[in-house]
Amino acid sequence: MRNTLHSYQELNSWLHRSNAAAKLFAAILIILITTLFTPGYWPGIIFVTTVLISIATSARLHWPALLKRLLLLETLAIGIALLPLLQGRGLELFIFSLARISLCLFTMILLSSTTRFADILSVLWQLKIPALLITTLALMYRYLFLLQEEMQSLNRARNSRTFTPQRQLIWRLNADLLAQLFIRSSERAERIYGAMKARGWKG
Amino acid sequence: MHIPDGFLSLPVATGTAVLAIAGLAIAIRDVKNNLPEKKVPLLGLAAAFIFAAQMLNFPVAAGTSGHLTGATLATVLLGPSAAVIVISAVLILQCLMFADGGITALGANIFNLAVVVPVVSYVIYRFIIGFGTSSNAEPDLFKKLLAILIAAWISIVAASIFCAFELALSNAAALQLVLPAMSGVHMVIGLGEAAITAFVIANIVRLRPDLLGSSSYVNNTADNERSFFALGLIVSLALAIFVSPFASSSPDGLEFVAEQLGFIASATNLLTQAPLPDYSVPGIESLMIDSLLVGLIGTLSAFVFAWFFARWLSAPNT
Repeated sequence: MRNTLHSYQELNSWLHRSNAAAKLFAAILIILITTLFTPGYWPGIIFVTTVLISIATSARLHWPALLKRLLLLETLAIGIALLPLLQGRGLELFIFSLARISLCLFTMILLSSTTRFADILSVLWQLKIPALLITTLALMYRYLFLLQEEMQSLNRARNSRTFTPQRQLIWRLNADLLAQLFIRSSERAERIYGAMKARGWKG
Repeated sequence: MHIPDGFLSLPVATGTAVLAIAGLAIAIRDVKNNLPEKKVPLLGLAAAFIFAAQMLNFPVAAGTSGHLTGATLATVLLGPSAAVIVISAVLILQCLMFADGGITALGANIFNLAVVVPVVSYVIYRFIIGFGTSSNAEPDLFKKLLAILIAAWISIVAASIFCAFELALSNAAALQLVLPAMSGVHMVIGLGEAAITAFVIANIVRLRPDLLGSSSYVNNTADNERSFFALGLIVSLALAIFVSPFASSSPDGLEFVAEQLGFIASATNLLTQAPLPDYSVPGIESLMIDSLLVGLIGTLSAFVFAWFFARWLSAPNT
């Protein structure tokens, strides 16, 4: 997971180099405009699609990776998009809302694959978001990949010892794994506090 | 339950954003005043833990699997205010870096999952823990696990009901369709969430009992309680705001149903495949009684499930 996100954030293009705040606000603006289109307003959809495609192409982003992420996220959104279809509001509305969701998702994918989270955090800092929330976000992002690797290695160790896993056993072992992970996380948090304090952190 | 962009109307998105910001502000103030400074890094680590935990698959049946959402777990481990911050942080990261959940719906998602779930969980948990115990006695493990199971289930269903009302208010779908669909699905998902949460807590209690309990993170100062009441007020306020438009348009329950006849008839056909589609009015009545009955049976069976599961988990040598 770390690799998929970071390998694209570290590339060099005009989009990667441009200001994180500008990118964040542009993304919000594009999404806001797209969500405010009245159903059936296809010219708007076509315009935003053209804009996004030209941005992605000029920044020389890796199209297969972008589309793969889009498809993966689309499955989550499709459930809610189906609701109007069940109400018999017609196929066109369904396709329109699907197009709208795809454009919004694609905008966020463009933002996240060209901007580092640290830069977004500094934008939030300038926006006077409380320090406690920013510290939490920063620490979460810093340790997320580490905890995930730890979880995977616990999982791998367990799998190599469990030859014929039954469903009930997997649930118990998974719960045990999560409990272990939480205990390790809270012990790690204590060490981090010590390290932060030693470097002059004042809350 | 992450609402994507493009489903909420501007007023609903703005309203839920205001509620989410208010809830977060109260939680941040409470944590700042009452959480010991050395526990601050734990918030970040707990958020990373919840994020990682959501990626562990629990096999259900026929190749499908579910995962933990973790809001009740965070509430029990860290207290409601800290849980509000931790789950909000998870949702903000998911929205900005993983495009999971829309940025215009971020307020609604934070409100549903990071404010409603911790508040409802904590109310139910405290209510069951306090039931029949004097305030100073430490409740036994069985009671704690039972409380966690019920709190996890009810809070997930509550969040899904809020989500359904927000979608219906935004005209994304009719309430008659989205409410039973969302709450029905989450009554099942909630069982898994409840079971995993109780399993994990039972294991933590076995390994490090000091990490859980009144002495660790949740200090019940008067200020703490006041903050929690303020959070509860926001949730009840939201309930009033979201439900009243539907109530005011229907001065009488039956009139409202008659008005929505077309919708219900089509929904009945799709969802329950009514044997007599033309037989509309008694069909509607039975649909209402059905959904009431389903709700009742669901709640009762969830309670029975919680009771036996908690007993099994808290039994020694398991």
